[in-house]
Amino acid sequence: MDALNVYAAKLAPQQESLAPGHRACQGCAELLAVRLVAKTLGRDYIIANATGCLEIVTSSFPHSAWQVPWIHVAFENAAAVASGVEAGIKSLKKKGRYPVDRKITIVAQAGDGGTVDIGLQALSGALERGHDFIYICYDNEAYMNTGIQRSSSTPYGAATTTSPAGKESIGQVTMKKNVAEIAVAHDIPYVATASPSYPFDLMEKVRKAADMEGPAYIHVLAPCPTGWRMAPNLAVSIGRLAVETKVFPLYEVVNGEYRMTVQYKHHRPVKDYLKPQGRFRHLQEKEIEFIQQYVDASYEKLLKKIAMSEG
Amino acid sequence: MHKVRNLGIEVSLGISEAVKLADVDAIAAYPITPQTHIVEHLSELVADGELNAEFIPVESEHSAMSVCAGTAAAGARTYTATSSQGLALMNEILFIIPALRLPIVMTLANRALSGPISIWNDHSDLMSVRDTGWIAIFAENGQEAFDLTLQSFKIAEDHRVLLPISVNIDGFTLSHVIEPHEFLSQEEVNEFLPPYQPLVQLNPDKPVSMGMVGIPEIFFEAKKAQDVALIESKAVIKEVFKDFGDRFGRYYNVIESYRTEDAETLLLTMGSISETAMEAIDVMRDEQGRRVGLLRLRLWRPFPVDELREMVKGVKTLAVIDRAVSFGGTGGPVAGEIRSALYSTADRPYVASFIAGLGGRDVTVKDFMDMAALAEKMEAEGEIHEYKMIGVRE
Ligand SMILES: Cc1ncc(C[n+]2csc(CCOP(=O)(O)OP(=O)(O)O)c2C)c(N)n1
Ligand code: SF4
Ligand SMILES: [Mg+2]
Repeated sequence: MDALNVYAAKLAPQQESLAPGHRACQGCAELLAVRLVAKTLGRDYIIANATGCLEIVTSSFPHSAWQVPWIHVAFENAAAVASGVEAGIKSLKKKGRYPVDRKITIVAQAGDGGTVDIGLQALSGALERGHDFIYICYDNEAYMNTGIQRSSSTPYGAATTTSPAGKESIGQVTMKKNVAEIAVAHDIPYVATASPSYPFDLMEKVRKAADMEGPAYIHVLAPCPTGWRMAPNLAVSIGRLAVETKVFPLYEVVNGEYRMTVQYKHHRPVKDYLKPQGRFRHLQEKEIEFIQQYVDASYEKLLKKIAMSEG
Repeated sequence: MHKVRNLGIEVSLGISEAVKLADVDAIAAYPITPQTHIVEHLSELVADGELNAEFIPVESEHSAMSVCAGTAAAGARTYTATSSQGLALMNEILFIIPALRLPIVMTLANRALSGPISIWNDHSDLMSVRDTGWIAIFAENGQEAFDLTLQSFKIAEDHRVLLPISVNIDGFTLSHVIEPHEFLSQEEVNEFLPPYQPLVQLNPDKPVSMGMVGIPEIFFEAKKAQDVALIESKAVIKEVFKDFGDRFGRYYNVIESYRTEDAETLLLTMGSISETAMEAIDVMRDEQGRRVGLLRLRLWRPFPVDELREMVKGVKTLAVIDRAVSFGGTGGPVAGEIRSALYSTADRPYVASFIAGLGGRDVTVKDFMDMAALAEKMEAEGEIHEYKMIGVRE
C-alpha cells in the first residue's frame, strides 16, 4: 500500500472491528485513527485499553463497540496488562491450551496522559522486557476525558483548563515531551509517528509493527475538536497542517534507523497550524515566532538523525 | 493411596514448590522483603525448566498486578506474591481483579506498613485491603501454607467462585523458618487440580469486552453480584477443604478451634501467633485448670459469620487479638468485625479487643495468659472499652 496513493483506499480492508455507534464527539480524529488501526489488524488482535476518552466512548455497558477481544483495567497500566495478555497466551500456546496456528497481535492503546505521564513507567517496563506487542498512543495533547487538563504532551502555548492563558500566562509553558524518542531509547525494533490524516501511512506502519517480533511503539497525533477548540470538520485538515508545518513530522525508526515517511518540499509556517485552533487563539506574534523557531530546531534535529541513518 | 514424603524446607520454598506442583502458567512479581525467597525460588524453577511458566519480572507491584490481570484474562493460571508496601502499591488494581472475576492466587507475606518503615510482621497490610473483594485465607505453619496454596487455585478457579485469593503467611516468623513439610506428588496434585478452564478468556475466536464502563443503571447490580459471589464462595471453600482432607488426610476449617470444649473464655487469633497461643492454652488448662480455649480464624474473607456464632455459643469472654490498628476506631479490625457479627445474637460473649505484636513485636505465652486474665477481669467488671494495646512501652 503506497502511503500517498489516492487509489490505495480501494485496497484497504472492508472489514471493521470497531463498530459504529460509539459515543465519541463529532469529528474526533482519535476514533478515526482507531478505526484505521482496526481495519489494518482485522480480527486477529486483542486490545488492552487504558482509561480515557477511547475507553469511555466505546465501552458503556452493555454496548461495546469492540468486535475483537478487549480489556480495560485502569488508567496507567495498559502496557502492563498487554504484557500479561502476551505472556499468558505465550505460556498457554506452549502448553497447547490456546490456538497455536495463527499470530495474534496484542495492542495496548492509551491517550497521551495514560502514556506520557501516569503510564510512562509501565510503558518503559513493557518495552524493556521485550514483549511482542504494539503500544499505540493516541495523543490529543491533553486529558480530554476529564475535561481538557494539560499533560506533558500538551504543546507550548496551548490553553487547557489547568494551563489557562491569562494576564500572567500564555497557557502551557513547557515543551511537549517527546515520547517517541523515549521509546527509541529502549532500542526496540519499531517506533513510528503517525496521523489519521495520512491513513495509508498510518496503516502501513501498523502493519509493519504487527509483523515485527518484539515491542513496537506508534505515536499518533489525534486532533480533538472539543479540546482544541475548533470546528469538528477541521480535524483531518489540522492533522495535515501539523505535518505540513513540521509540527508533527511523520517518520519511523526501524531497528534504530530513522526514515521520514511523509515528505514535503516546502513547509508552511506554524501559524497556519495554530490559527484555526481556539487553544492557541491568545498567542501573539512574538510567541508564534518562538514556536516557529522551536519547531524548526526540532525538525533539524530529526533530519540529522535521518541523515546519520542514511550515512 | 497417598504416600507420605517428608522434607524439612524453608516455608517460602515450600510455597514455591506448591506453585510449581500447581503447574501455573504465569507469574508476575516484584521483590519485597519478606516475600523475596518465594519468587526467587520460582524464577529458579522456571530457569531450570522445572516449571513451564512465563515469569514476568515487572518494574513495580502496580504492574505486577496489572500483568496478572492480563495473564489471567488470557486464561492462564496466574500467581504472584507480595508484602506491605508492595501490596499498597497494587491497591488500585486489587479492587478491579475481583470485579473482572479473575482467579489470581497471591501469597501475602504479612509485614507492617510504613511508617516508620519496618520489614517485620503484623497484619496492617492485609487490613488495608480488607474491602477489595479478595478471598483472604491464613496459614499458621509451613504445611498449611503449602496445602492452602494448592487449594487456593482450586477454590479461585471454580466457576462458582472465579475470585482472587490471598494466602497470608506471617513475614519472617513463618516465611523464613525451616519446617517439616509433607509434600504431595505431581500425580496427586494433577488429579486434585486439573488445568484452569476459564469461563471466558481473551480469544479472537470468541471476542469479549472486559472491564467496560459501569453506568449508574448497572454499577450497583455489578457490585451486588460480586458480593454474592464472595459470600457464596464459602461453601466452595469448605467443599475444597473437605476434598483435600479426604484425599490427603489433612482437614481444614474456616475457623479452627483448640481445646474449646466447655471453655468459658476463648482467645481468637489469626496467623502464626496461634501456635504460641496454643502453648498458652496448654499452660492455662493443664497447670492452672482454667477453662480457656482458642479460636484461630483461617478465613478472613468471606467472614465466616455463621461458624463464629456457633462456636462462641455459651462462651462468657472472647479476647480478640489483632495485629493491626484501625486508628481512632472502635477496636482492632478483627475485633470490630466480631463485635458486629455477634451484636444481634442473644447470649453473646463479652468481646475484649487487644492489639498486640505490631511491626514484629514478640507476643509471648505470658502475653496470651495476661490477655486471657485481663479479658476475664474486664468481663467481670463489665468494663466498657474500645481496645487496649498489649506489650507497648508507655
Ligand atoms: C489513577 C487515576 N488517576 C486519574 C484518573 C482520572 N482520569 C481518567 S481519564 C484521565 C485523562 C485521560 O487522558 P488521556 O490519557 O490523554 O486520554 P484522553 O481522554 O485525552 O483520550 C484522567 C486524568 C484515573 N482514572 N485514574
Ligand atoms: S474529547 Fe476529543 S478525543 Fe475525546 S471523544 Fe471528543 S473529540 Fe474525541
Ligand atoms: Mg489525551
